[in-house]
Amino acid sequence: MSLDTPPPSGAITRDEVAHLARLARLAVTDDELDVFAGQLDVILGAVARVGEVAADDIPPTSHAVPLSNVFRPDERRPGLTQEQALSGAPAVEDGRFRVPQILGEEQ
Amino acid sequence: MSTELIRLTAAELAVKIHSREVSAVEVTRAHLDRIAAVDGQVNAFLHVAREAALANAALVDESIAAGTAPASPLAGVPLALKDVFTTMDMPTTCGSRILEGWRPPYDATVTTRLRAAGITILGKTNMDEFAMGSSTEYSAYGPTRNPWDTSRIPGGSGGGSAAALAAFEAPLAIGTDTGGSIRQPAAMTGTVGVKPTYGGVSRYGLVACASSLDQCGPCARTVLDAALLHEVIAGPDPLDSTSIDAPVPAVLEAVRRGADGDLRGLRVGVVRELGGEGYQAGVQSNFEAALRQLEKLGAEVVEVSAPHFQYGLPAYYLILPSEVSSNLARFDAMRYGLRVENGTSAEEVMAATREAGFGPEAKRRIMLGTYALSSGYYDAYYGQAQKVRTLISRDFATAFAQADVLVSPTAPTTAFPIGEKVDDPLAMYLNDLATIPTNLAGTAAMSVPSGLAAEDGLPTGLQIMAPALGEAVMYRVAAAYEAARDAEGGGALIHRVPPMEVSA
Amino acid sequence: MSAPTLVDYDEVVERFDPVLGLEVHVELSTNTKMFCGCPTDFGAEPNTQVCPTCLGLPGSLPVINHAAVGSAIRIGLALNCTIAPWGRFARKNYFYPDMPKNFQTSQYDEPIAVNGYLDLELDDGSVVRVGIERAHMEEDTGKSLHVGGATGRIHGAEYSLLDYNRAGVPLIEIVTKPITGTGARAPEVARAYVTALRDLLRALDVSDVRMDQGSLRCDANVSLMPRGSSEFGTRTETKNVNSLRSVERAVRYEMTRQAAVLLAGGTVVQETRHFDEATGTTSPGRRKETAEDYRYFPEPDLAPIAPSDEWVEQLHSTLPEMPWEHRKRVKAEWGLSDEELRDLVNAGALELIEATVAAGAPSSEARSWWVSYLAQQANTRGIALDALPIRPADVARVIELVAAGELTNKLARQVVDGVLAGEGGPDEVVEQRGLKVVSDDGALIAAVDEALAAQPDVVEKIRGGKVQAAGAIVGAVMKATKGQADAKRVRELVLQRAARE
Repeated sequence: MSLDTPPPSGAITRDEVAHLARLARLAVTDDELDVFAGQLDVILGAVARVGEVAADDIPPTSHAVPLSNVFRPDERRPGLTQEQALSGAPAVEDGRFRVPQILGEEQ
Repeated sequence: MSTELIRLTAAELAVKIHSREVSAVEVTRAHLDRIAAVDGQVNAFLHVAREAALANAALVDESIAAGTAPASPLAGVPLALKDVFTTMDMPTTCGSRILEGWRPPYDATVTTRLRAAGITILGKTNMDEFAMGSSTEYSAYGPTRNPWDTSRIPGGSGGGSAAALAAFEAPLAIGTDTGGSIRQPAAMTGTVGVKPTYGGVSRYGLVACASSLDQCGPCARTVLDAALLHEVIAGPDPLDSTSIDAPVPAVLEAVRRGADGDLRGLRVGVVRELGGEGYQAGVQSNFEAALRQLEKLGAEVVEVSAPHFQYGLPAYYLILPSEVSSNLARFDAMRYGLRVENGTSAEEVMAATREAGFGPEAKRRIMLGTYALSSGYYDAYYGQAQKVRTLISRDFATAFAQADVLVSPTAPTTAFPIGEKVDDPLAMYLNDLATIPTNLAGTAAMSVPSGLAAEDGLPTGLQIMAPALGEAVMYRVAAAYEAARDAEGGGALIHRVPPMEVSA
Repeated sequence: MSAPTLVDYDEVVERFDPVLGLEVHVELSTNTKMFCGCPTDFGAEPNTQVCPTCLGLPGSLPVINHAAVGSAIRIGLALNCTIAPWGRFARKNYFYPDMPKNFQTSQYDEPIAVNGYLDLELDDGSVVRVGIERAHMEEDTGKSLHVGGATGRIHGAEYSLLDYNRAGVPLIEIVTKPITGTGARAPEVARAYVTALRDLLRALDVSDVRMDQGSLRCDANVSLMPRGSSEFGTRTETKNVNSLRSVERAVRYEMTRQAAVLLAGGTVVQETRHFDEATGTTSPGRRKETAEDYRYFPEPDLAPIAPSDEWVEQLHSTLPEMPWEHRKRVKAEWGLSDEELRDLVNAGALELIEATVAAGAPSSEARSWWVSYLAQQANTRGIALDALPIRPADVARVIELVAAGELTNKLARQVVDGVLAGEGGPDEVVEQRGLKVVSDDGALIAAVDEALAAQPDVVEKIRGGKVQAAGAIVGAVMKATKGQADAKRVRELVLQRAARE
């Protein structure tokens, strides 16, 4: 990444930002859409530099320290009481978290 | 008396408390008083746990009076905890509006270990929202100011912890480092900050920024204090699958050895790609002075190359936002935290709450990560970034074959004025140029004060990098360098922080 | 969209070839959840089996349950799958209030078991091999209760209440390869597959496999292609199929519905549909505003799983006899015909009989009890055989008492009635109802002598060699002892006493 701000890459449009905001459940304002579209475009232009590296035969790293088979025994551990579980809830009813009506389908 | 107490190191305080020369309560009170006097200017703390802190100190005093051995070498010493660790008796906000006032029903492993060690938690420190930022300006609760110059940033994301040390509000602090959030603030405040090997300290109860990069570590004013704290918090934890099941590197012993000032037989590698263009003159010249110090101590300085480090920043700014977009999804107004009742459906309330609860940098990174993980872009962005990660690890491996530790300036510049980069994300990201490769590789690194930049009189830091679980050699070099620099500079750098106006 | 008129099933299968894909979710019956130490028990008070991890609290981290991985591998091996030597969990990102982290931790793209098969036996004895695409581990979601509105269903509800006790329970998703070539029998094959899978999982003892409680759930993908074509049509995925019978009905309904759409010149919409038990029909779910993009990426909080050959081998050695092997063996041991065995299986009696045999009863007696008297009782009560309030061990004890001569068959039935009436175990019922066979010869001899004295003419006949005349005396004794005497012993005694001068 150079120190100079790259020119707009055209990598991302305002509509795409609106789509991302929907996916990410962010009710962004129209003004924000303009600002974010510009900023994300610049950032994406810069980070796209990863594509310059010839890495076809390079394995990806998902975990910095290569561990495997880290398990716990199937033994019960004390958890939270119902009161503790619900302690931070914005709304509670009958020992459950109360939430507004759900529009989408279960997956 | 209390003015003196706050200027002591953690090690010195511990000796006095354990020998009953002063009480832990007095020490705690001195720091609480200091916080009350100066934090209005610094804004290092989001929450001060006055009663709990005094109660813990009293328990330590009682226990020592009863002849019981201290719970740890740091029992009774006060500490500032970054507000990203869960604490049952204090709110945990992560610097975000979305978690304002949230009281977790459980303690982080780090919190538990601090408590078990008898360390007094003074309160929770300010940070960039969810640890995303390099200046602590992205906190929902106002920026933290650098005690060296309160018109400037203290670095970030752990600016609160670093500023608390530099303002003598606490002798110890805990930070987290995802791309430099411990080391860069340490450099900018003239303090010591350590990012241990990934998996060296449990992340259980650390509210995640980027899970594959986050690591907790000690912050202090001296290398010895950092080592003492390191030994308290490090070690395997069955609640964190990524914690390394191996003994904690003997960092305290390494510091004692380093204090001998003999680094003969040690090779110090200068990473060619981390320096030069883009680095402030005073930063660069202090770095060169540090190299001369290391040579004087007997180390052999060699140049190494890490050709892929230049891709570290772009790779980081793909991997981090991707993980962030997933980690921050749980803040949805359903179970805890803010709920903005704007709309009739769960979906609308979620979107309205997240819009109101997250600041601009969090939103930017969430959207950036959502983009990078999208099916059409995954290979070009996230997948490719993971390959770059492999290449950076290989660069490290090659370099560590030629040198025991690697060094670079910690940050390219000294502390910049508040507001200067807050609306220019890319400029802000460049702060982490030198610190990011370590996070991508999961190796260890730390920052030690390396003097004041000639042009602005602000502190700079020397970054010392070590292989995974190579903390001992890193601390040894740091301790040796610290002693030599302090001797040459006529005392510890931290005592040159300008005095702060003390409010009554 | 107006509903097209349904097409006759015969016409459906004449014109189209159905293609099935079945996704079965199984909740494992481990002590604890997939990634934390919370219990998995069904039916607890809401939000009492939760911890920071399964509640998705900030800062919490998952740790993989070793036993769950073991179960997943055993399931994979039992389904003849290859066990992946290395694999990671991934995060499946989507927002839904029953999912505490708003991502599901799933092995979706690196499953632990791939490429296996399961052989099914249909009602007529023919065998169909169903290919298994993969079996992978994931975690269950919480449960929502929809409040307000008419139906208690999600649509029209005013708000919802969430319980996360189920969140994080280990799930194994087992996915078939496309099942083709089954024609008119597709619905039966679907049911047979889920049945066979259920029996297999039960034999492995890895799950409760209770469809009514949701520990076994099936989603049915159905598509049609014109007869003779090899290009798959557009499929629908039907959810909420909560019984074996529903699996069959849902597939059959979707076949006729899709055929009607296609024959009317329409196109099948790729969508999720819901099965309605009451009407036997499916209805479309709410259309999604945007295409799904789950943004999978490897779960950084969990280390990869790399099961060693030794571990896999050790798990292989713990595999029980497979249900079909087992049936073959039972059939041989008990000397049953194919038809007899199938009747036992269909009546749900096989396991009960086996348990009775395991408790010490001879197989013929055990079979006889379960398929006749107990089957009648279940039938009368309108419940399944295994829902009768009697344990196989009780039945075995009754059989034992009969064999020991302590009960007659008639008394034995009274004992069983007592057990079914909740009066306790067989011995308690015998004791309380005073049903024990009179085996005290003293009392019997007195009764025999009394009967002999009352019918001297019969005694004469017996003494004269007409042994069959003894029947009248035996009958009198049995009457006098209210049927509690052992008739065989009575007869012996009659002959003995009559012979005395």
